[in-house]
Amino acid sequence: MTEITYRSKPSGTQLMRKLSSFRSFVVRLFRENPLGAIGAVVCLIFLFAAIFADLLAPYGFNQIMPSNRTKPPSWQFWFGTDHLGRDIFSRVLYGARLSIIIALAASMLATIISVVIGIITGYLGGKIDMIAQRFVDAWMSFPDIVILIVVVAVVGPGMLQIILVLGCLYGVAGSRIIRSAVLSVREQSFIHAAQSIGGSNTRVIWRHILPNIMPPIIVLFTMRVGAVILVEAALSFLGLGVPPPTPTWGGMLTGSARNYMYLAPWMAIAPGICLTIVVFSVNMFGDALRDLLDPRMSGTR
Amino acid sequence: MIGGYVARRILALIPTLFFASLIVFFTIRLIPGSVIDLMLSQNDGSASGLPRAQLEAALGLDQPIYIQYFRWLGSLLLHGNLGNSLWTGTPVMDEVVHRLPVTFELGAMALVISLSIGVPIGVYTALRQNTIGDYIFRTVSILALAIPGFWIGTLVAVLPALWWGWSPPISYVSLLQDPVAHLVQLLIPALILAMASSALIMRLTRTMMLEVLRQDYIRTAYAKGLPVRTIMARHALRNALIPVITLIGLLAPLLFGGTIIMEQIFAIPGMGLLLLEAVGNRDYPMITGVFLITGIAVIIINLLVDLSYGWFDPKVRTR
Repeated sequence: MTEITYRSKPSGTQLMRKLSSFRSFVVRLFRENPLGAIGAVVCLIFLFAAIFADLLAPYGFNQIMPSNRTKPPSWQFWFGTDHLGRDIFSRVLYGARLSIIIALAASMLATIISVVIGIITGYLGGKIDMIAQRFVDAWMSFPDIVILIVVVAVVGPGMLQIILVLGCLYGVAGSRIIRSAVLSVREQSFIHAAQSIGGSNTRVIWRHILPNIMPPIIVLFTMRVGAVILVEAALSFLGLGVPPPTPTWGGMLTGSARNYMYLAPWMAIAPGICLTIVVFSVNMFGDALRDLLDPRMSGTR
Repeated sequence: MIGGYVARRILALIPTLFFASLIVFFTIRLIPGSVIDLMLSQNDGSASGLPRAQLEAALGLDQPIYIQYFRWLGSLLLHGNLGNSLWTGTPVMDEVVHRLPVTFELGAMALVISLSIGVPIGVYTALRQNTIGDYIFRTVSILALAIPGFWIGTLVAVLPALWWGWSPPISYVSLLQDPVAHLVQLLIPALILAMASSALIMRLTRTMMLEVLRQDYIRTAYAKGLPVRTIMARHALRNALIPVITLIGLLAPLLFGGTIIMEQIFAIPGMGLLLLEAVGNRDYPMITGVFLITGIAVIIINLLVDLSYGWFDPKVRTR
């Protein structure tokens, strides 16, 4: 019996087809969901700002100018300066970098964990699934922020710890969504067909299940980004995020800065507005993506 | 019948509670670097003076980990004992039980507010689907989910002071001292907390209403000439709200988490402030206790939600 080749390497024409399907997706996004498209554009702007923070920031994020303490917004200092005489605009830019690195890394990790747990429990089912589901129940009973506070209290604050904890936290919680997607694909006839011609579990999962649950995976990832940005900021606000002097959006609203906000209320404005805009855009884009890719999931949030 | 349902649900709770206790116990203990090392390196008031071995024995850390777990679980189940605070020496359970009502009150207030905002707007937007009002409320709801509560809290603490010389009270008044002042004090944080959850409730109510309004029995109700009000209240809303009840269970951890931040901003002495204080003091028995009780509280709330679900939806009872 000859080995059946399922799919050859993407040739030139296939690549072209992929590109044109991507283009038609973008067109659909703009036409059917302009708000989602705007969200995507704003996300890209923030991503750009974060990547090129070194070039865009007029001052260093920790450059202290004692003669320019608590200056209101002006042409020289777009968002004003804080109580130590640091330019808030520059700090917000560097804060964006940190937020986005953590958000992307933690969401990526979370999505991978969700997919692994979701496929194992959804595809294999049985006792493993039953036990795992009780574990997920228990896990989800703890408020995110409580788990984070407890873990950070024990391992100490830092970027790597926060990425790992957030990744595990949302990874376990998101496994439910992947599991339910796997369950609905598993019972379809092409899966039974693949199994009956002797396809191993790994092959069926890799070749047939995974491609068919891509839409919920992408949507899950997008939605996690917004949630991670918010919870990371909250953690920094509680003084348990990435420690100073690294600028974080949450950290800029807390600590000694709070005592100066009556003098310099602009200190409280910029980080909060940036957080709101980014999370709003990510959520808008995530919603649009969900409507386009995975109509089944609408209303889950 | 209903008794059987209740019994089944309570039995199903046992593995969940067991896993919850495992999560709490091992999160604190299996993390690199033992608690003892941290306590000794911190050299804070609680640890100084005690030699290492004595400290280990005092915390029961000289035993293998599974024995530690069963010992901890045993004293918890048999005596309701969560150990003593390393900082003040008071039993953790007393402290937690003392602080839990405030947090619960704040969360419940936020829930009531978000239901009374979210459900009517959800129904409105479903009935006026794709009109200007629908778009505005939907966009506002996504916005409400994006605004960080701690930022609004900060603004509420700062801006009114600048504009009108008024700031929210920061000295806590208990319910017994002055009920009115107490409720007013909790109202602001509860409103901020309700922001995100009312948006979630609104969106779910809208989706569910849209789905229910498409059903045949709604058309039948219209066809037999029932007034719209009756159709909405008795046929549509009742069915649409069942998933919303489930959402309340899912909101419980969210609200609990939110209260921690609100308690910190508005200096309300609840579980959140207790946890943050314990973290600041590296008071591990206290951290463990708060962690566990929060989880158990959410599990119990979810149980109550599930039971009420059986009450509202007769189909569930027989499953």
